[in-house]
Amino acid sequence: MSKRSNWSIPYVIFLVFFVVLPLILVMVYAFQDAQGKFTLGNLAKFFTDRDALSTFAVSIEVALENTGLCILLGYPAAWILANKQYNKSAVTIVLFIMPMWINALMRTLATAQLFTMLGVTLGKGTLLFGMVYDYLPFMIYPIYNVLSKMDKSYAEAAVDLGATPWRAFWKVTVPLSMPGVTSGILMVFMPTVSTFAISEFLTNNKIKLFGTIIQENINSSMWNYGAALAFVMLIIIGITTLFDKDKDEEVEGGLI
Amino acid sequence: MKKFFAKLYIWVLLVILYAPLVFIAVFSFTESKVLGSWEGFSPNLYRNLLTGQMQGNASLLAAVKNTLLIAVIAAAVSTLLGTVAAIGIHNMKGRAKKTVSFLNNIPMINPDIITGVSLFLLFVFLHFSQGYTTVILAHITFCTPYVVLSVLPKLQQMNPNIYEAALDLGATPAQALRKVLIPQLKPGMVSGFILAFTMSLDDFAVTFFTRGTIGLDTLSTYIYTDARKGGLTPELRPLMTLIFLVILILLIIINVRQDRLQKQNENR
Repeated sequence: MSKRSNWSIPYVIFLVFFVVLPLILVMVYAFQDAQGKFTLGNLAKFFTDRDALSTFAVSIEVALENTGLCILLGYPAAWILANKQYNKSAVTIVLFIMPMWINALMRTLATAQLFTMLGVTLGKGTLLFGMVYDYLPFMIYPIYNVLSKMDKSYAEAAVDLGATPWRAFWKVTVPLSMPGVTSGILMVFMPTVSTFAISEFLTNNKIKLFGTIIQENINSSMWNYGAALAFVMLIIIGITTLFDKDKDEEVEGGLI
Repeated sequence: MKKFFAKLYIWVLLVILYAPLVFIAVFSFTESKVLGSWEGFSPNLYRNLLTGQMQGNASLLAAVKNTLLIAVIAAAVSTLLGTVAAIGIHNMKGRAKKTVSFLNNIPMINPDIITGVSLFLLFVFLHFSQGYTTVILAHITFCTPYVVLSVLPKLQQMNPNIYEAALDLGATPAQALRKVLIPQLKPGMVSGFILAFTMSLDDFAVTFFTRGTIGLDTLSTYIYTDARKGGLTPELRPLMTLIFLVILILLIIINVRQDRLQKQNENR
């Protein structure tokens, strides 16, 4: 039966070819000039390019604010949805996920149009609103998942032992739900930094995010510089994923 | 009182979340060029969309067709590849298993744009001309991990002895696979397929970088180009409204069926 493990071979080959090799190519292109010679010039260009650096800073800032707002708005929502006292049907959580099935660009454009119609000037405020609107479900869902599977008796035990419900919530429920919050952060933070199109639509081209300058460079055939920018982002992804603890500590073995 | 505020909070969030969708739906019944200006009730946009008579915008229907075709193919291939891979990964041990699981996680952690740019560079590097094939390959790349993760839990829940029993009772491995293993994995495969299908439908960035210059458009890239040209094709409004209705009806059916199944189980 041990040969069953060989069944993963086609997929491993696929992954090496379509995941590992392309990422290596990003690095190779990032450290090459247009003639294919090794250079640190592309990275140097980024670190001396005022515009690129400020776009980068703005992206990180918007992503932090977006993630913060999503936690602030999403956690209570997830908690209410997971609480049988307030919400008895699973349909409500489906209602939160359903808008995601409608094309994100179309929703974003409609949001921008709605703002224009209401007389709100497109800018930082509308960008944040639109981002929260796009990413809130990604925060609510993982937190809801953790909260709804959580053993309620821990919080009850804390209350029985004399904690106020508020204290029990902060000292027991919140720490236990952290895995959901971390995966929510992972699903919101990096995608926000890297969005393109959405930020332009929501701010009438006033605010660019990091994804947009990658796209602009790739599209104007500045592949090496574009790759260098993508490489910078890969480094940040590497760092953020370090914060996410190794989740797949499953039981080893198991025959079919 | 607490309950009232909890419910109110949820409903306020939902109203905000659905406002743009309702906005699109309302303005799908007027013929104005721009979303947001009302020029009297008219079902003409629906008629145009359904009869395909749009002024110079027949490519919208082509984009819808492409989107569906790519999503069906990508989801089907991902389901096959991912299920076989999950069986393999489930039977692996130690470091090899960890490595494959890690590789499988990469496309899910990577933002779309990284997946898109890196695959773009791959196809450029290999001088592979970009079009349908590259888009489908790219979609399979980011869809398969979700299938693997949907099927793996089903394998873990399965009692390994059932498969052994089938073999002991004289089934060939192929029969045991078809009659025992696949039926047990089916729920995971179905949810993996649905996930892959929706990921593919909704994708913009990866398609954008891998579609090449042959003028291949999916719904996302069509909307993007359209919006950059200034002004969306008005027929997109009825299209989005119809898509929304279809999804709503499907979800209601699924939920009603689940409720019924649950009640049946409770009655037993």
